Amino acid sequence: MSVFNLSIYNSKNRLDNEITIRESFQMKKGKSGGNSEIMIREPLSKRIRKDWSKNRGLYFLFIPVLVYYIIFHYGPMAGLLISFQNYKPIKGVFGSKWVGLKNYKDFFNSYYFWRVLRNTLKISVTNLIFSFPMPIILALMINELRTKHFKKAVQTITYLPHFISIVVIMSMLSDLTSRNGAITTFLSHFGFEPVTMLQEQKYFLPLYIISGIWQNIGWNSIIYLSAIIGIDAQLYEAAKIDGAGKLRQLFSVTLPCLFPTIIIMFILQMGKMFNVGHEKILLMYNPLTYEVADVINTYVYREGLLNMNWSYSAAVGMFNSVVSFLLVWGTNKFSKKLSGSGLW
Amino acid sequence: MSDKQITKPVKAMKVRYTRGETILHIVIVIICTLLSLAILLPMLNILFGAFSDPYDVMKHSGLFLYPINPTLYNFSLVFNNPSILTGYLNTIFVVVVGTGLNVLLSLIGAYVLSRKGARLVKFFTLMIVFTMYFQGGTIPSYIVVESLGLINSRWSMILPGAISTFNMIVMRTAMAQVPDSLPESAMIDGASHPQVLFRIMTPLCKATVAVIVLYYAVAHWNSWFSAFLYLRDKPKFPLQLILRQILFQEETNSMAAESLALDSEAVKYATIVVATVPILMVYPFLQKYFVKGVMVGAVKG
Repeated sequence: MSVFNLSIYNSKNRLDNEITIRESFQMKKGKSGGNSEIMIREPLSKRIRKDWSKNRGLYFLFIPVLVYYIIFHYGPMAGLLISFQNYKPIKGVFGSKWVGLKNYKDFFNSYYFWRVLRNTLKISVTNLIFSFPMPIILALMINELRTKHFKKAVQTITYLPHFISIVVIMSMLSDLTSRNGAITTFLSHFGFEPVTMLQEQKYFLPLYIISGIWQNIGWNSIIYLSAIIGIDAQLYEAAKIDGAGKLRQLFSVTLPCLFPTIIIMFILQMGKMFNVGHEKILLMYNPLTYEVADVINTYVYREGLLNMNWSYSAAVGMFNSVVSFLLVWGTNKFSKKLSGSGLW
Repeated sequence: MSDKQITKPVKAMKVRYTRGETILHIVIVIICTLLSLAILLPMLNILFGAFSDPYDVMKHSGLFLYPINPTLYNFSLVFNNPSILTGYLNTIFVVVVGTGLNVLLSLIGAYVLSRKGARLVKFFTLMIVFTMYFQGGTIPSYIVVESLGLINSRWSMILPGAISTFNMIVMRTAMAQVPDSLPESAMIDGASHPQVLFRIMTPLCKATVAVIVLYYAVAHWNSWFSAFLYLRDKPKFPLQLILRQILFQEETNSMAAESLALDSEAVKYATIVVATVPILMVYPFLQKYFVKGVMVGAVKG
């Protein structure tokens, strides 16, 4: 068992992942140097035995965590095999018939493929354009506030919605935008036709985006704010001496210093691109707005758990997982090439 | 924006601001005020609506800026609804047991992943980080939960999410910052790994432990989707799922009398208040810990 693991470990050794970036960076020199020396002197089996006798206790301690990840993360990954089957719950994974790529072909040829793909991309791209910059702007503004108490109040209030459950937020939204809800009434003063907004296709996307900004703008700004606070004050001093105004300082000092943080958040956002908040959409959409609101994950849920098309919806889910993974990987590679900063 | 280098000294101000800077500041203050109002008003609307007379709530349109004919009647209806009470108990069970298990497993995982000497640790790390970027998805997860016999069990709300990889990494980062000499000298004195973890590392990382306890507890309090997927019997539903049924009017017809009372807007508001205030009460006291947690996590992305 441990030999097997070790060979994987060695082959992936070069793949530095994002968690270990900092620590391993510091210890790498010493460690790799020492390692290669040992490698010449001692055979692999001996080193494994040594490691086992030294760290056995540590590995035993890790068993529950390992079991959790194997069952609840790698189990579902293996479960993706059913997307190549005609899975019947009674027959199980081993008894069901293999059908090759049939489920994938069915999905790519179906009417729903384009609908869910279009909606997923539309929602996440709009989200990226409108929601992504908002916390950055808020952080820049909060940083400029001069009164301590006002600053604190703005922060406390804007962080608050993050703790409200999505069920409550969606019910607030449907309440405020109903035919005689507060927002509808307010807008009707400006010649807006009072309708139940969540039943109209054209309002789905704006409401989705705005409610998302409402809930997350404050919370997501924390990261940027802490990055801004971490910027060396000398940089601003120097910029001022060179005659830079506020705007010049923003573009020549603050934003460049924020750039690595922005890139990391952007890559993470790209990873979520195909996983648009389906918990939210499940609460928000209705048959009237399926045409614009149905995304990959909600479709998987309806096909799989309501219509019991297990294999088909697993195939749709597999498509989703693979594309998401490729997106993170691609964005990371691209940003590394472009700016030198990435996740791993 | 004015780029004047030399500005007139302004009386009673230590820092000198140019006219452009002052205007900019005023604009920012106005925007921040408006944003805060936009976030606060919908929440206050619910709060004031919950304390208003149900008939006035029905007639009223627009936001509540104060309670109309203040009354506690709506809350008495909410607390007389048996499913709210079972929901509360189920949620408390999930929050207490779930968070306990979460924290225990995260501490163990974080401790092992923060030990650099062991050969398998890097492989473990890779294996765990990979799950952040590639998931099996809803259907295969459902099949796993089903094959474990967890469908319609309260444990289905706890076990599938027993570890949040993100929180574990936050914890690991904190533990990696503890000087190696501390656990090492304890090991030389004969301490076992569990002893080092619970007697030395955990007390040293108290603040981060507090952060992940809060993250887990909030997530459990607000979670509804796993219960929605895996649970069948209403007496097992957590508060958020009950809330969803009440708010989105999915009450069954057999409960006609109950749902008639629950239909009233004011009672909906009161239900929201009852379900949300506990978690919001926690927040202001612990704000600085929460913020700290985000920052620790941010370093790692």
